[in-house]
Amino acid sequence: MADLVSHPDEVKIVSRRFGQGATNLERYLELDGYKAVQKALAMEPDAIVNEVKASGLRGRGGAGFSTGMKWSFVPKQSAKPKYVLCNGDESEPGTCKDRLIFEHDPHSVIEGVMIAGLAVGAKSGYIYIRGEYRYLSIIMQKAIRDAYAKGILGKNIFGSGRDFDVYWHGGAGAYEVGEESALMESLEGKRGIPRVRPPFPAVAGLWGGPTVINNAETLASVPHIILGGGDWFAKIGTPKNGGTRLFCLSGNLSKPGVYELPMGYNLKKMIYNVGGGIPNGRGLKAVVPGGSSTPCLTPDEIDIAMDFDSVAKAGSMLGSGGVVVLDDAQCIVKFALRTMKFYQHESCGWCIPCREGTDWLKKTLTRFHAGGGLKKDIDNMQYLSENMLGRTFCPLGDAAAMPTIAFVKKFRKEFEDHLEGRPCPFEKEGVVEQLPVLA
Amino acid sequence: MVRHYPTKRSALVPTLLYAQDETGYLSDEVIAEIASRLDLSELEVRNVISYYSMLTTKPRGKFNVQVCTNISCMVRGAEDLFDHCKKKLGIGHKGTTADGVFSLEEVECIGACSWAPAAQVNYDFHENLTIEQMDRVLDEYKRKGTQ
Repeated sequence: MADLVSHPDEVKIVSRRFGQGATNLERYLELDGYKAVQKALAMEPDAIVNEVKASGLRGRGGAGFSTGMKWSFVPKQSAKPKYVLCNGDESEPGTCKDRLIFEHDPHSVIEGVMIAGLAVGAKSGYIYIRGEYRYLSIIMQKAIRDAYAKGILGKNIFGSGRDFDVYWHGGAGAYEVGEESALMESLEGKRGIPRVRPPFPAVAGLWGGPTVINNAETLASVPHIILGGGDWFAKIGTPKNGGTRLFCLSGNLSKPGVYELPMGYNLKKMIYNVGGGIPNGRGLKAVVPGGSSTPCLTPDEIDIAMDFDSVAKAGSMLGSGGVVVLDDAQCIVKFALRTMKFYQHESCGWCIPCREGTDWLKKTLTRFHAGGGLKKDIDNMQYLSENMLGRTFCPLGDAAAMPTIAFVKKFRKEFEDHLEGRPCPFEKEGVVEQLPVLA
Repeated sequence: MVRHYPTKRSALVPTLLYAQDETGYLSDEVIAEIASRLDLSELEVRNVISYYSMLTTKPRGKFNVQVCTNISCMVRGAEDLFDHCKKKLGIGHKGTTADGVFSLEEVECIGACSWAPAAQVNYDFHENLTIEQMDRVLDEYKRKGTQ
């Protein structure tokens, strides 16, 4: 069970019920649970969509697409059943927020799925939880069972004459499955290979039916929006970036933890104030602002608002909310290598630029870190990464290329310090140990 | 689970993981059984198994120690932790101890970044680990495993 933290600057909406015993259905109901879905049952589907559009809620998985807009793409009429799919395959390095939602407030996800279903005309929803989170699947299965037993799920929900089913589904270890089309493949019992789009999931998704796919945090925000109103939620954040965000602070910080802060909260303040700054008298070297796939920021680039548009303007991405902080004792080459080892391991191999690109970059970085780097490798890594961008079916290729480009560009000197057989200046006793290779 | 989906096949991934939890690994017999229950060929099942990193067709120790060395854990000393586990257990990545009590694995991000460094033993999370704590964790499992 993960520890909870708190800070006075937090605005607790999604995390409102954390630590309140809300896994228990009765307790959830006491804490305004399932009131939003009852309100939504009395609303026209378009009104639900419009409320969510007005809230400025954007996808919390990483892409930051308008949730209301996404819902509006689902056709009104469909010969095939429509579905809502909750993406709880959280596996972007640096990200550990959905875990807390499932652990402390599973019913809020169920309620969000139901409201999404009412908005798009779906009668069933699936909550996909990554395989490693077994204890959370158990919590979620109980929450679903309890909701059925109470008549909240199933036939004639709240006497409305409408039916809604929610099912749990579990993964078995695959980062790529977090990509929406691969997620559907996985749920259909296949390898998580991404699908060609179009058609987009809103048109042809799960088993060919129109499907809305949202991140767990996104769906957990929805009941609060329906109860509090879209305008209320929108005002908490910055323009076009409504609400709050669960920021996962990790790395070299005094007070790492998951904090719910308003969208647009200053990154520098987040690190030094909320996260307690860098311990051991160390200085800041770099920040990865939104999970391992987002380009790093240097200390002079962190005085920015943490919302999708401001971080994009700074040349990176808000991503999944995983803020990884590196102190000045960390070697960027090694950090880039570890990042690339991850993407190489997780690439499904379907697209050549990703399969070959991640492998070559890993090999080059491994050689580099071991002191065998050549000057031309630095430009080659840049060139290779740039040629991966936008040339793969799913964003995994981009996710591997983008941070590499930033590491090389922003820390070129550190790469040069590794040249000509020089041992990594950051390794203990100047000895470079070969990093273990994942099979 | 099969009733939850419009196609039988959809139950495959969670079914495989549950079966593996029961039997320790996905043996030929288990694969054949699951394939026949879900109306799939064994090849189709194997094709899926090879994609998911948690699924294995080889026996493992009773306790699978999975140390995360991804970025958030790495910058907080995960490599030393993993090295320590290797030395203490006398096995490497994906190795199993001779007594069958432990397996060891270096794994990718397990979603414990804010509580790094972290490891999972089977499904149990152990977080904010120091080498001393890791020792205690391993000793505890060793005791359980040899009782």
